[in-house]
Amino acid sequence: MGKSFSQPAALSATHTHYCPGCTHGIVHRLVAEAIDDLGIREKTVGIAPVGCAVLAYNYFNCDFQEAAHGRAPAMATGIKRVRPDLMVFTYQGDGDLASIGMGEIIHAANRGEKFTTIFINNAIYGMTGGQMAPTTMPGQRATTAPLGRDTGETGMPIRMANLLGELVTPAYVTRQAVLKPQQVNKAKKAIRQAFQYQLENRCFSFVEVVSTCPTNWGMTPVDALKWAEDTLLPYYELGDYKVPE
Amino acid sequence: MAKVLMKGNEAIGEAAIRAGCKNYFAYPITPQSEVAEYLSKRLPEEGGVFLQGESEVAVGYMIFGAAGAGERVMTTSSSPGISLMSEALSYITAAQCPAVFVNIMRGGPGLGGILPSQGDYFQATKGGGHGDYHLLVLAPDGVQEAVEMTMQAFTLAEKYRNPVMILGDGLIGQMMEPVEFPDDLKTEPTNKDDWATNGMAHRKSDKRNLVKSLFLDPSALNNNNLVLKAKYEQMKKEEVQYELYNADTDYQVLITSYGTMSRVCRTSIDMLKSEGIETAMLRPKTLFPFPEKQVFDAAGKQSCKAVISIEMSMGQMVEDVERCVKGRRPVEFYGECGGEIPSPEKIIEIIKALL
Ligand code: SF4
Repeated sequence: MGKSFSQPAALSATHTHYCPGCTHGIVHRLVAEAIDDLGIREKTVGIAPVGCAVLAYNYFNCDFQEAAHGRAPAMATGIKRVRPDLMVFTYQGDGDLASIGMGEIIHAANRGEKFTTIFINNAIYGMTGGQMAPTTMPGQRATTAPLGRDTGETGMPIRMANLLGELVTPAYVTRQAVLKPQQVNKAKKAIRQAFQYQLENRCFSFVEVVSTCPTNWGMTPVDALKWAEDTLLPYYELGDYKVPE
Repeated sequence: MAKVLMKGNEAIGEAAIRAGCKNYFAYPITPQSEVAEYLSKRLPEEGGVFLQGESEVAVGYMIFGAAGAGERVMTTSSSPGISLMSEALSYITAAQCPAVFVNIMRGGPGLGGILPSQGDYFQATKGGGHGDYHLLVLAPDGVQEAVEMTMQAFTLAEKYRNPVMILGDGLIGQMMEPVEFPDDLKTEPTNKDDWATNGMAHRKSDKRNLVKSLFLDPSALNNNNLVLKAKYEQMKKEEVQYELYNADTDYQVLITSYGTMSRVCRTSIDMLKSEGIETAMLRPKTLFPFPEKQVFDAAGKQSCKAVISIEMSMGQMVEDVERCVKGRRPVEFYGECGGEIPSPEKIIEIIKALL
């Protein structure tokens, strides 16, 4: 019998610093598997964000650049424009992409930049310690919203996939989750598809992944998965928001 | 090669192409938008990349990405835009990537005005962004020098793996002068395989490259800063450029001035000479590294009674001049900013008051 499970070549052997039960590890693996499947590791450049994944460059086994907070799509634009033969992806969280980096992601998507963005939506700032994000749910507690998010003061959570799906420029925009095995399998397909569109030089591709942050949600990993399923998924509906013609 | 009559901004764009730069990202801002307009037409003809970014903030990172991937790249902007790019400049410097930034200065602070100014000397030479870093700063005094410095900038940026800034002002960007593009200033790009994220495929080793500025370990961060410092020390030894004017006379006053302002000072020196009064000028062409020893020596000439820094600012370079004169002569300052350039007559009046 052949080997049915092994470490992707696009992942390094380094132990991650992610908290126990955090879903970052799953998404890293899915990205690495997509890179392996398409055989593109040697021409891939990743862009690490600022946030929990700031050290992502230690975990992937390919060239990497590290951006300032929110600027990964601009860096990816710079690389991809001058080296269209490279495969470029950004890996960003919600504080990075939906708050400080909103301008960069909207314009990169609208220009139809031919790179791929993996967007981790866990409804909170992770690395800085649980502050409110643009994606934090109404009433959800955060260290900067101790009584829960007051949408009268801070507005409603931003749905990035819906927002980017509204742009007229052709793109692949999808929202996936990694809370259950079936979702992980679907997310894997979506991530591979996103890279495939890039490989074909078709369009900008964006995969939002509804994830968990047990540490800053103050929950066990299992409770976090359940809370995400019950609270996040009804608001952040899964599915494709835009598919290129 | 025959000379052609060109506007400064367009000449800077053409110089970048002649230097082998095929990549340009920018955001429009007066008084330098002609660079972008010119290159939006010229770069596609050369098979190059022209992109108008959504903001100067984003453009700074487009430059960072492209430079990190090992390609020659340039942007141009003006004072408020450079403030927005200063975040990226700090990161690019920390990550040791070569890139060329052109600042065609306008008056500030704030929105200021759109007329020529030299108010960004501090920002350019002392680091406009956070952390310990320097740009290598070249200050042309006209269109020809702007061309030559733009071409040299790519070579210097690669030699040091550090951003180089051309610090001009609105007048240099807007005026037309006859220029030529010296072919010998074009250099071959350096091999960047040992650090750039240019794809592992064609590299000899299986080593992956990281372009980054995060060093969580204190000694690693200190080491990165020591590497940067060593480069700045090397620049001080190898890259200082300056011009002395009328300095072989027994001058009574030494003027320090750069860029557009130095051209006016030159006229004043000539006019004073015809009245029998000798003055001289030291014009730094590199603002960082600053001609420290040369300023010290020129100020120390026996006949020299005083040094005066004349600038289109409220007194910025004068702080470096004072530092270098080390108290051996009084250091005075005269400046105007807001867009009006001090006239030769005004400068003569100021200098006579020093005698
Ligand atoms: S803080 Fe949250 S998102 Fe960050 S590693 Fe820990 S669990 Fe994951």
